[in-house]
Amino acid sequence: MTRIFIPRDVAALALGADDVAAALAGHAEIVRTGSRGLFWLEPMIEVETPEGRIAYGPVEVSDVAALLADGLLTGAARHLRLGVPEQIPFLARQTRLTFARCGIVDPLSLDDYRAHGGFEGLDKARVLGPVETIATMLASGLRGRGGAGFPTGIKWKTVAEAKGARKFIVCNADEGDSGTFADRMLLEGDPFSLIEGMAIAALAVGASKGYVYTRSEYPHGIDTFDKALVIARAAGILGADFDIEQRVGAGAYVCGEETSLLESLEGRRGQVRAKPPLPAHKGLFGCPTVINNLVTLATVPCILRDGAPAYQAIGMGRSRGTMPIQLAGNIRHGGLFECGFGVTLGELVNDIGGGTLSGEPIRAVQVGGPLGAYFPPDLFDTPFDYEAFAAKDGLIGHGGVVVFDDTVDMARMARFAMEFCTVESCGKCTPCRIGSVRGVETVDKILAGQNVDANLELLRDLCHTMKFGSLCALGGFIPYPVLSAMNYFPEDFRPAQRLAAE
Amino acid sequence: MANYEPWSEDRARGVIADHANIEGAGLPVLHALQEVFGCVPMAAEPLVASALNISRAEVHGIVTFYHEFRRTAPGRHVLRVCRAEACQAVGADAVGAHVRSSLAVDWHETSADGAVTLEPVFCLGLCATGPSALLDGKPVGRLNAAKVDRMLETLS
Repeated sequence: MTRIFIPRDVAALALGADDVAAALAGHAEIVRTGSRGLFWLEPMIEVETPEGRIAYGPVEVSDVAALLADGLLTGAARHLRLGVPEQIPFLARQTRLTFARCGIVDPLSLDDYRAHGGFEGLDKARVLGPVETIATMLASGLRGRGGAGFPTGIKWKTVAEAKGARKFIVCNADEGDSGTFADRMLLEGDPFSLIEGMAIAALAVGASKGYVYTRSEYPHGIDTFDKALVIARAAGILGADFDIEQRVGAGAYVCGEETSLLESLEGRRGQVRAKPPLPAHKGLFGCPTVINNLVTLATVPCILRDGAPAYQAIGMGRSRGTMPIQLAGNIRHGGLFECGFGVTLGELVNDIGGGTLSGEPIRAVQVGGPLGAYFPPDLFDTPFDYEAFAAKDGLIGHGGVVVFDDTVDMARMARFAMEFCTVESCGKCTPCRIGSVRGVETVDKILAGQNVDANLELLRDLCHTMKFGSLCALGGFIPYPVLSAMNYFPEDFRPAQRLAAE
Repeated sequence: MANYEPWSEDRARGVIADHANIEGAGLPVLHALQEVFGCVPMAAEPLVASALNISRAEVHGIVTFYHEFRRTAPGRHVLRVCRAEACQAVGADAVGAHVRSSLAVDWHETSADGAVTLEPVFCLGLCATGPSALLDGKPVGRLNAAKVDRMLETLS
């Protein structure tokens, strides 16, 4: 029976993939996969033919009967035919390392995982031993993909050298930034890559237990990863020297901050800890802890497998390797685009993303989640690189790129940033807890036309206090969206003038 | 649609005991209670405190810190609508307003007939196919007023 691959990624489900799978059941053997990450084409199904897979999409359940009649099962049907998936320009332009398997394999098949290079990194690490494994990570230049960009090898080396009765590997899967879904796609589409990455980390630093802290907003990812853990234990990959447990968050954005996450894992309010001590010295339950983002850990296996030089050769400046960039918001071709660092923001949103979904001009692009700056088209020549974005008072964060068309009101977006901070502040430090409330009040006064000049100056001063006085990146980075909105879109903060001009 | 059990102290003690002995049991215990009762009622706090050997104030602090723990059981259906930036960029504010007026509720409230509880959520990871929502855990994408109307019609 012909095999048809249909994603079970939540984004495909949201667009009806289950109904399409049900309609095709009986006509073909259905294999559920992760998503290739071309979300405007979801549900994108792939038919296995002697010439390879042929993709169709976006397939609606009402298309199925006609597609079958026209020869879907041999790849002959013309309607909705996308051809060989790897030749679709959006995929052809990518360098898929971390996401090499996602959308291709059955996420819960160890045979599939092995057939696509799985566990070769772990085997290599076992041969190399801890010291050489860490040396490989250092040489690869891999930096934390959660946003901070700290060199992974240095973190691991610190934990390896720290003394502790127990050591832990913690995976930060609390992917709370709007516009990001890379962690989610891997949890749903290639969970064994995370398990392998964590096993390598454990071997490198001498840890016996790992935790994956997944946000509760990802019920499908949680379910798939739990199933993957059961399979890995049954196969003897986990259990003897190293085991992994998944814990689920409860809707607190701040728990994506590493020390807050550790507090939450320990069963408390997710309040940020002062550093030092670093988690590498005193982390979970007071023990030396490697805490890495999910994408970072899932990238480890391919680095070990292919060697540090291959990974290090990609990228620009101090940003080495590839970044899974997530194109989101008001964008025509939204999805997961993994490529070497250095691609410009303009290429991403215009050439690759195809501009806005609405067809209106792009007015602003927020990069790096709710704490990231809004960039106007004037800054579209900025290369995707940790340092290049920092130099323009922005950040790449976890790689989320959210596009807004010209209907966006940037003063309202600045207000939203402050409001978000009032809701999500952990409350530990005053600049964030009180500053965000004052921030909302001040933007409201500006919007109401009260003492606009004085209040704009006050808002700027408040941002300065929050940026330099907050304990963690939540209060410390909320000024990025607020100040960038004020600097690049000042007209939106002058409602009276705006009205007069109209 | 979830079927939650009515509050029972004995049942709660059993649920808590099932999870109290793992390291860092706080969130797992509270999640387990909410799965059974649809919420973490005030009456559960002293039981959790006693099982975890922490103060009731500390338990109250944990429950109220996390947005997801409810204090009362939800309606027969839970609709979680994304309010984050990527969904805002494609009209989430209008969708949210339409849902609220259709159900005659504000965020965190349950419709008068007890059918639907409306909860805001900040990102479902469905940021390229928004506006997005989860209806009883089932994802829905590309929401607009008409799609919301069709969805709400099916709920009772």
